[in-house]
Order: sequence, then structure tokens, then C-alpha cells
Amino acid sequence: MAKQPAAVVGVGQTHHRAKREDVSMAGLCREAIDRALLDANLTLDDIDAIVVGKAPDLFEGVMMPELFLADALGAAGKPLLRVHTAGSVGGSTAIVAASLVQAGVHRRVLTVAFEKQSESNAMWALSVPLPFNMPVHAGAGGYFAPHVRSYIRRSGAPNHVGAIVAAKDRQNALKNPYAHLKNPDTTVESVLASQMLWDPIRYDETCPSSDGACALVIVDEDTAAASPNPAWIHGTVMRSEATTAAERDQVNPQASRDAAAALWKQAGITNPVEEIDAAEIYVPFSWFEPMWLESLGFAEANGGGWRLTESGATAMDGRLPVNCSGGVLSSNPIGASGMLRFGEAALQVRGAAGEHQVDGARRALGHAYGGGSQFFAMWVVGSEKPSN
Amino acid sequence: MRDVAVVGFAQRQMPEFDGSPTCVELLVPLFAECYEQTGWSRGDIGFWCSGSSDYLAGRSFSFVSAVDAIGVIPPVNESHVEMDLAWAMYEAWLKIQTGEVDTALVYAFGKASAGVLRRTLALQLDPYTMTPLWPDTVSLAGLQARAGIDAGAWDERAMAEVANRSLTDAEKNEYAIRKGGSSVEELLARPMYADPLRKHDCSPVTDGAAAIVLAAGDRAREVRDRPAWIEGLTHSIDPMSMGTRDLTRAPSAARAATAVDLVGVEVAELHAPFSHQELILRRELGLAGDVRINPSGGALTGNPMFSGGGIRIGEAASRIWSGEVSKAVGHATSGPALQQNLLCVLGATTEGARN
Amino acid sequence: MFYFRTMTRTLSAPVTVAFDYTRSTGPVLGRFLTGLRDGQVVGGRTSDGSVVVPPPEFDPVTHDPVTEFVDVAPTGTVTSWTWVPEPVAGQPFDRPFAWALVRLDGADAPFLHALDVSSPDQVSTGMRVQVRWAEERIGAITDIACFEPEDGGDGGFETVASATSSTTDTEVEVRGAPATSPDTTVPVTGVVTPVSLDYLYAASPEESAFYRGLNEGRIVGQRCPTCQKVYVPPRSACPADGTPTAEEVEVSQTGTITTFCIVNVPFLGQKIVPPYVSAYVLLDGADIAVLHLILGVDAAEVRMGMRVRAVWKPREEWTYSLENIDHFEPTGDPDADFDTYRHHL
Repeated sequence: MAKQPAAVVGVGQTHHRAKREDVSMAGLCREAIDRALLDANLTLDDIDAIVVGKAPDLFEGVMMPELFLADALGAAGKPLLRVHTAGSVGGSTAIVAASLVQAGVHRRVLTVAFEKQSESNAMWALSVPLPFNMPVHAGAGGYFAPHVRSYIRRSGAPNHVGAIVAAKDRQNALKNPYAHLKNPDTTVESVLASQMLWDPIRYDETCPSSDGACALVIVDEDTAAASPNPAWIHGTVMRSEATTAAERDQVNPQASRDAAAALWKQAGITNPVEEIDAAEIYVPFSWFEPMWLESLGFAEANGGGWRLTESGATAMDGRLPVNCSGGVLSSNPIGASGMLRFGEAALQVRGAAGEHQVDGARRALGHAYGGGSQFFAMWVVGSEKPSN
Repeated sequence: MRDVAVVGFAQRQMPEFDGSPTCVELLVPLFAECYEQTGWSRGDIGFWCSGSSDYLAGRSFSFVSAVDAIGVIPPVNESHVEMDLAWAMYEAWLKIQTGEVDTALVYAFGKASAGVLRRTLALQLDPYTMTPLWPDTVSLAGLQARAGIDAGAWDERAMAEVANRSLTDAEKNEYAIRKGGSSVEELLARPMYADPLRKHDCSPVTDGAAAIVLAAGDRAREVRDRPAWIEGLTHSIDPMSMGTRDLTRAPSAARAATAVDLVGVEVAELHAPFSHQELILRRELGLAGDVRINPSGGALTGNPMFSGGGIRIGEAASRIWSGEVSKAVGHATSGPALQQNLLCVLGATTEGARN
Repeated sequence: MFYFRTMTRTLSAPVTVAFDYTRSTGPVLGRFLTGLRDGQVVGGRTSDGSVVVPPPEFDPVTHDPVTEFVDVAPTGTVTSWTWVPEPVAGQPFDRPFAWALVRLDGADAPFLHALDVSSPDQVSTGMRVQVRWAEERIGAITDIACFEPEDGGDGGFETVASATSSTTDTEVEVRGAPATSPDTTVPVTGVVTPVSLDYLYAASPEESAFYRGLNEGRIVGQRCPTCQKVYVPPRSACPADGTPTAEEVEVSQTGTITTFCIVNVPFLGQKIVPPYVSAYVLLDGADIAVLHLILGVDAAEVRMGMRVRAVWKPREEWTYSLENIDHFEPTGDPDADFDTYRHHL
């Protein structure tokens, strides 16, 4: 039995900020949901089921917050699921929501992912010391910096590639009305001049900590017929591996490579760099752009990624525009960050990305990863109904 | 819809697990049991999904080490819900329904004894107007029990009957951690704890883990002569507010019941962590008087957090496999006072599943 | 200082997970908490005309934001209750008390708070109760100290102070009027909620063997019987194939830095003062690197491939912890060739 066709007909997101002190958690989620429903020309009463995604509950200090939020999210009286796959959760949540339609179980599904990071402190929540252990960890930056160093060593990348990514994404963010960081003066030089936080990662090469939410409306073929510009789901994939294992490749994890291969096959794509018109890739630290470009098969391993970035190919007017929205480097409500990638990919193929629209984008990638580069969630969306 | 069956089930329950909250140590033998039951190895599993809670373990990303128990080279198609095993199973069932995979192994684990469970669960409540007061789970259930007693929906005797039957049935369940029925009179003579609840009205704090294997069509038939075919799988949630809900009812359970066919069910495994909650569920599901309730002893005799609901489905499936019954229902709940409810109707043939 | 349980199958130690969460309330909850601060309970009117306390942020039927607020009385009727024989930390009382659902006069739905009575005999469904305000009100649900019987004071606790407030029954003669006069000019928009949870954290049996080895000055790994890789620390399941590691292997105290990071950023809860080098050290004889601290060398001099050795704390400071190794320092030997560790990156 084949998957039922499914399409994104509504995308909504909040204005992402360091602190959204004007709203509660429910208010934050509803800001994104109400925009997505408006976009889809539907109301909460039209929705069959709701899928909620969020990163660790310690961020907000609420255990399974979807329970208390159920009424405000319009989920009361309906099926509600809560997904948590670490940083990839926004993507995984969208995939679970899509599967409700693809399985033929529901016709109109709402999915929302959020994080209200200002309720606590992510560095604290991610580094709660455990007995018996050596407390050398220093949040996500401290975790990923050694692996960035490994990439630089393995690929022979020049020092400034990370800065190219950071400057590009921050400039892209100026075209996105919802982006958190709006720094018009960010340049490669200014990034290189910023403080070294987790050497080799500089301050301007790191993502912010944001409050924000993203919501998608995913519907079946009949419902999508009423939409002027559905984003059809051409492929979804999730892959996981261990945080640590003997001789695990932490720069280019096998789960990432396997996920990409499976995704391109599902979507009927043989040459991703030619066939994908826009990519929203989860890049919380700038160096992950070249790293994931290689892992996803857009470029040769051990050096193709940074060469592609350095060539300008990933800029908005390049051969493979990456993170035209400004990406995670410009807005990072952790639980929602993956869904924002998935939603921005949908906006591109719907021609609805506004100022950061890539002209004529027909197929786009949404990508998220989490844990210690071990959980991967990806989808390809297209402006045309998939033929397979 | 595709015909999908429960074909494997393994569980562990204990009052106090002395190992790591990652529970990898518990999961390894559970997976081995599932392989033994199915004759499969991990390469036969198309999709994995787990359920657990960071706050139960007391740390972020408590579930990430659990994938070690699978052995994840090569990497696996995998997901995680911050929910009970039953909902992890629901996600896996969806994945099979999309046609992407034919088999799935779902698991869940929790070390409730690592903290003070009834206090930890206060973090599930409204964080602005409830959690700052730390209302504990037992108290919330007590408010619900009192509401039903006051409304004449049930009485202490009916609650004691539930507890006595559960404790008696648990004697035959090697995994139950509380067992030994006596008589309704004896139970009623025991002291009140959280008035109107006595201790036997409340499920014991339980550590544990469980795993369920799903398979579609011929993959199920190759494993078992009598796979437990999923005839219906549905769930629903109510608002959390203790004030606006009628605490004597569980509308989400009733809604789930209308979405499946419960006619002919011979056994119902109901996830009722408090005795009066079984009474609510029986009413909402409209179960006939001859339906056997919780032959495993149910949650009152062992309720490992995050697998206690899924275990009800596994127990129901076991009775289909054995030929004891031809139709059964497994139920799972989540949230305070039966806020969220899931029903899984299982049958010995695929006829019901084709509805 | 924490203690260890050592005479058991596994090692365990207490850990506290605590944070004071800063919650922004949004307009509806803000209105409710502002009312509490000012000594007024506020409900919200929903689309069916009901007055609900606390006001829901969104209407349960129309899903629109709730915008109509109604002052309700500080007196009401118990609609359900339960007894708390053994209070847990953080509850309004540290002695037995009741929780009650109370429908305040003027409201249609009850809400939950503590009821100060000395025994279950003194509470019943239908009894009349009143709000006892906290002495200091800040715009939080705890501004209501509890409910008390309406005739005030047959609860038998006139001399017992609340666990979380210094208010005593004798001070509270208030019905509706605020006990204090807080600044009412600024609406409440946020609330701080301390969340502190105590856990007993246990190591797995395999990890316990590792930490016990450290207590004896040894670094003990285990070999996976399936793939033969040596894991340090040993694992309840080898992540490659799901088999518990078994055969004990003591590994060298010397190894190679595979990769590292220089931490320059201070953060909440940090135990080591930055800047410091956090490095993956692949000990000779192990197939996986451990994360540890590098000292005894300028941070800028640390290199991938650098050979380092463990420097232990004085023996009298040893416990069951990786912290027994104070840090790693360079051995002075030539760097390891990249090809000897590149497959560990």
C-alpha cells in the first residue's frame, strides 16, 4: 500500500525574539497556529488531530506541557501526540504529522513546535552536572566545537568559511520579518573579529537563544485541492544512531548519510545539487553548513562542502541557496527550529517566502538534526504533486 | 488500512530499580525476548519508537542513550515520544500504515523511584496556577474519587471491589509488584490514606520497561498462529483544568470508544492507576457486565511510568495469542485524572481490522 | 557535599535539578495574577456565559482569546476535597491539610487550592470557605495562602504558621479587602516559579565498575563480546550491536588528544573557571575517547594528536568519580600521527 499524498497548505511562525515577554506559552503557540490556519484558510474546528513537538521539558520546567496546553491549542476532543527527538524534534514532529495524513488516518492535521527558552537557561538545562562525572561539558557549543575542529582538520578548510556562512545567514535574516537577529552590519570581517567562545567557534558563528514557535497545516489530496499553492511532500526520513560509539564518525555521521540517501531515493532525486532549488539546513553553528552539504550529498566529502560555500553557491543568488530565511543562526527556538526549516522549505516551493523567496523554487529540502549529531529528520517538498 | 498485529511483548516491573535511569540494562533483555518470540533480529525491524520522560529521569535527553540497547550500527529508522508506550506504538502503527515499513519494535521505560513520583508529576500541571502549589498526583485522584462518591457515581465499596479483584488476579502475574487479595470488608477496614483513597486504591510506584512488536500482514502471520490484529486504534484528550471538567467522567475515553467497535470484547485491560478510575472507564467504554476486566491485575498492582499503558495492550494481546479470547481491548491513559485516553482493540482475525 | 551508596550493586548519589523559571504570563493570566496581588480574585467569562477561575487564556469553544473579566468573591463552596496525610515539599503546608476544589461566589467553575483544617473530619463537600490571603502578595497563585473555613478559625491551627507564609490565622480577618496595599499601578506580566527536584542518580553496573576502578586509581574499560571494541567507560549495551560489554580491560593512563575545544564562555552552573581546554582523549588500549580537561600547557599550544597522561588528585581526595583524575597533561612525547586517530573523529 502506497502513502497517501499529503501537502503543506499552511505555514505560521512567531516573531522570534530572545524574550517574548508579551505572551505565555499558550499565547506563543497560538501566534504561530493562528497564522498557519489563516494561511490554510481553515479554523481550529476543521482540524482532525494535533501533533506537538518540543525539545527537553527542562527548558520550560513543565513535564509534557502539551497536557496543560491541550485546550488552548484547540486539541481538546481530538487526538494529540507529543514528539521529542532532541534538536531534530521540529522536523520529526512535522514528519509524524505528515504520516497521519499519509497513513490515511486523518485529512487535516495541525502541527506546532515551540520553545520558550527565556523561561530558563538552555546552557543550564543541557549541562546539569551528573554525579561521578567530570563537568567539562559546556552546553551545545562546547559539545560541537571539537567536531568542528575535526572537520576543519579533515577537510583542510580555511579559517574564514564559518564566517562566510554566518555573514550570509545574518544578511538573509534581514529579508525575513520573523527572524530574531537583525544585524545589518554583519560581515565576514566582523564575524572573524567577534569573540572566540568555544574555540574554534566564534560568538557570531553561534545561534541565538530564542522564544518562538512554528506551526504547519498538513492535509490530504482532496483538501489540498482548495489551496492555491500546496507544498507537496515528496519524501520524509528519520534516522538515528548512538551519541558515542567506538570509531563513530561525528563529523559526517552514518545516520546522516543514510538518511540523505533514503530521502533522495524517495523523492526521485539523483543529483541533489542540481535538482534542489532551495535548502533549509539545520546550522546552529556556522561550520555545520559545509559539514552538512557534504553529508547530504550536495558536495564531495572532506572538502567539497567548504568549497561550495566559499564559491558563493549557497548564497540567495547562488546555485544552491541555503537558509534564505536566515536559518538557525538567526532564530533558534530550539524545539521549533527544525519545523522552521521544514516550513521555510514549504514556503519556498509555494512561492510564499516573500523577500527571501528563491525565484521559481520547485523543490526544496527541510533538514533538522539533534542530540550529538545523531538524530536526523528531513523532507523534500515540491510545488508539484509527486509522481511516485 | 493495512492489517497490523501485535506479535511480540515483553515487560519488567519492579518497586525499585537500582540501575541507571537510562534503563539500557532493562531494555537489552526485553529486546532479546522480542527477538526470541518473533525469530527476528534487529535487521528485521523497520521502525523503532520509544516513550519516556526527561523529568522522570531528572535530566534532559534521558532517552538518547536508550538507542544503545538497540545497537545502532547501521543506524535505524527511529522516533521518540514524551508519552506512554501506547502512543509510541500509535506512531509506529501510523508508520506501518503509510506503507513505509512492515514491522516495528516500540519500547518505553521509566525509573519513577529516582525522585518522588507524586511530586514530580505536579510538573505536568498548569505551570502558572497549579504547579507552584505542588498538587500531587494522589491528591488529584482523591479529588476525583470524592467527586464521584458525592455524585453517587460510585462508593468506597465499589472501589474496594476493584482493588480486591486486581490484587487477587495479580497473584497469577509474575510481573505484578503488589498482589494478594483478601476481601472487600478487609480492604474497607484498612485505614484511609488520602481520604477518600486507601493505599490499595492507588497504584504503587513502579520502575520498569516494556516492549511491543508490531507487524503487518504476512509478516505477522509468519510469527504467530494467532496474531493479535489491531481492529481499532484511537485516542483523544480532554482539557486539563480540574475546574471545568466533570471529574466523574472521561469524555476523551468515551470519544475513543465511539471510534472503535467494542462489541464482543471479552477482556479489557484498563489503565486505571486509581481504583475509581476503572469505574469511570468501564462506564465510558460501555463495557458489558460479562467483560473480564484486568485479568493481569492491572495498574493497581504495578504501574511502571511510561510503559504502564502499553503493558495493558501487551497483556490484552497475550490473551489473543494464547487462544483464551478472540477479542480484547487495551487502554492507556496519561495526564492527571484520566485526561488523555487511548484504546487499542485487538482481534484474532483480520475481519474486524478491515472495517 | 554528596555521599555515595557504595555497598550495593550500583553506585548512586543524590542530585538536585533546580531552576527558578521566569514565566511571562500573557494578558489573561497576567490579569488574574494582577488581581491576586491586589487582593481580588478574577474570573474570565467564556462564550457560554460561564465565569471560570482562573480565567482560561482561550475560549474552549470559540478558541478566541478570553477578554471579559469578572471579579468574584473571596468566599465560596467546596465542591470536592481530599486529604493530604504526607505533604511533599513545596505544598502550601508541611503538615497534613486538605486540597479543595472551591466554587467561589460569582464563579461557575471551581478552582484548586489548599484548605487549612486540622483533620479530615473538619472538611466536607458543600462547606463554606474563604480565601486567606498571604501576608505579602507578589502576583502569584501563592498570594492566596489557602482557603479556610468561612467562620474563620475552627480549624484548630491558630498557633501554627503556614509552611510557606508567616501569616497566622489571628492576623487574617480579611474578607475581600487586601491585607496589604501593594503597588497597584503596574500590571503583573511575569511570575518566577522555583522548581527544585531531588533525585537519587544511579550509575549502571558497568559504569559503577568504572567508577570503582577510579577509586582505586585504575581506568577500567570493558570489551564488547560482539565487536571486540574496548569501551571506556563500559556500557550496558555496546551502541554498535546492543550487547552489554563484559570482559574487564584496564587501559593505559596515557593517550592521544583526538580533538578538543577551548571553552572561553562562562555559564550558569559551570564548575570549572574558563578558559579551559576540554578534549577527547583516546587512551591507549581503548577504542573510544573520554572527555576531560587539559592543563599543564598553554591552551593555544594544545594540538590534535598531542600525547597526554592522567594527573590524579591526591589519593585522600579520591572518590567514585572521573574527577579523581584532576586533568591530563602533555607527556612531551612526539604527537601521534593523524592516521592513528582520524577514524576516531
